Amino acid sequence: MITTEATAGAPPGVGPGAGRLPAAPRRRRGPAASQWAAAGFAAPLLVYLILFYAYPLWRNIDLSVHDYTIRAFVQGNAEFVGFEKYAEVFTSAAFPAALWNTAVFTVVSIVFQYAIGLALAVFFRSGFRLSGALRAMFLVPWLLPLIVSASTWAWMLNSDNGIVNSVLGAFGVEQINWLTSPDTALLSVTIANIWLGIPFNLVILYSGLQNIPGEVYEAASLDGAGAWRQFWSITFPLLRPVSAITLLLGLIYTLKVVDVIWIMTTGGPGNASTTLAIWSYREAFGTGQPDFSPAAAVGNVLIVIALVFGFLHLQLQRRQEES
Amino acid sequence: MTSSRRPMRKPWWKTALGVGFTAFMLFPVYWMVNVSLTQTSDLRADPPHWFPWNPTFEGYTAVFGDQLPALGTSLLVGLGCVALTIVIAAPAGYALALLNLRGGRTLNFLLLVAQMIPAVVMAMGFYAVYNSLGLLNTVGGLIVADSTVAVPFGVLLYSAFMAGIPRELLQAARVDGAGAWRTFRSIVLPVSRNSTLTVALFAFLWAWSDFIFASTLNRNGELIPITLGIYNYIGNNTTQWNAIMATAVVASVPAAILLVVAQRYVAAGVTAGAVKD
Repeated sequence: MITTEATAGAPPGVGPGAGRLPAAPRRRRGPAASQWAAAGFAAPLLVYLILFYAYPLWRNIDLSVHDYTIRAFVQGNAEFVGFEKYAEVFTSAAFPAALWNTAVFTVVSIVFQYAIGLALAVFFRSGFRLSGALRAMFLVPWLLPLIVSASTWAWMLNSDNGIVNSVLGAFGVEQINWLTSPDTALLSVTIANIWLGIPFNLVILYSGLQNIPGEVYEAASLDGAGAWRQFWSITFPLLRPVSAITLLLGLIYTLKVVDVIWIMTTGGPGNASTTLAIWSYREAFGTGQPDFSPAAAVGNVLIVIALVFGFLHLQLQRRQEES
Repeated sequence: MTSSRRPMRKPWWKTALGVGFTAFMLFPVYWMVNVSLTQTSDLRADPPHWFPWNPTFEGYTAVFGDQLPALGTSLLVGLGCVALTIVIAAPAGYALALLNLRGGRTLNFLLLVAQMIPAVVMAMGFYAVYNSLGLLNTVGGLIVADSTVAVPFGVLLYSAFMAGIPRELLQAARVDGAGAWRTFRSIVLPVSRNSTLTVALFAFLWAWSDFIFASTLNRNGELIPITLGIYNYIGNNTTQWNAIMATAVVASVPAAILLVVAQRYVAAGVTAGAVKD
């Protein structure tokens, strides 16, 4: 009698085989009752997701398959055009340019963010005086509002009065029109974006390094491996899972970037620094005459690209959790 | 032998190098402060003034003259976003982590996907919805839109933490006759205090920094947040960069405070989304 009570009270799966039978009816009643409680606690989130995620996204698809001029927007009688807006977007001369700019902006950004972030993480891991405080300072760029960093960079890169040109001028470099020349506009916003992304990479890679046991390094150093050998034969291979996730997350974040580019160049001059996200933003909100339908179509193309990499990320994470 | 050598192997040159890297990295921040204190007549000096020897507070006077309502709006939006996020995320995290919600895995998956949707797309959808509901240019509408960034993050962070709460603690509450609600209120929430702080911090910071939703859903509002205040400043008066940079400095204050006060939670939040221990 006493023993059955004890096993029935034990958490499921803990009691010995014989104790499972009497516990079964209690467990069946429990989940049914607690399912109601669970649903109750999750209900606000479910309502929230439907109202503020699903519905706006549905409206966005609705925008892209109708011809929403600003008048139709107010009157609500836009004509259904099917995939016409998508066809317009894909055949537009701006599309390949925007796709190329998005690819360059994203890939160059994450490669440099990652490389610099990793180098700094390794540097900070060696633990020296003030290393903790300095590492904390590195978070600053990431915490600042994007408009603050972007407008600071815009002023630093100003052609006539910017500090960057002034310093380069001291070394005899001719004036560079960073933000106003089609040759350098994309480069400029990419540099600013790399600067913004370094803290994120540093923090994640640093915490990844923290999980590599110190004995591995001590063994390697006893074997006479120098810092360079240790990095390539221990740090880099052991950090691969964390690296993959960092890069993919960086990719997904960078695809979405609007603020930095819009504030620094508004995607110009011409389309020189127009990415897909900027194109979508400009069509809908950037000009005096909003054109929501193509903007929504570009936005939906962007979602598809982001989701492809997103699923890759989830797949990768799942495989790592299994191993 | 290695252990006795350890304390000695902390060379100063590494600290010097670290200070150098940090200074280089934070140069834009220094430059923002420097420009904010520079006299208007010196803004276009060649070479530029590296240090505000003759500082002016004109810029800051302009900020507190023009931008005070915008700072208030941002504060309101930030706090509203924190409240909304926690009210929705904490119970949902509880349901996912401890109540074995049916379909929990699917919900988890949906939240991860939600974080990948570009804000510009959400902004367009919200614009269409708000346009028909008459919610454009309202503070409430902006709070809801801003919270869409923080809610999925908050739920995932809460459920990751709550899953680690010892079951014995919950079992004890049940033995005492506490229902799901009382267990949540008097055990789960107090134990999850650090998660609440992290979620609140990020929800506030994201809402405070938001530009996309503000510039699309609230651009003709009577109450505009500080990010839009800066943006309009740049558009209207490109000559007064000291005033623009002064506004930028003031807009960075919450970030600076949070970095000093809650650095631990910042690092926790950054890694939470990316690496699972």
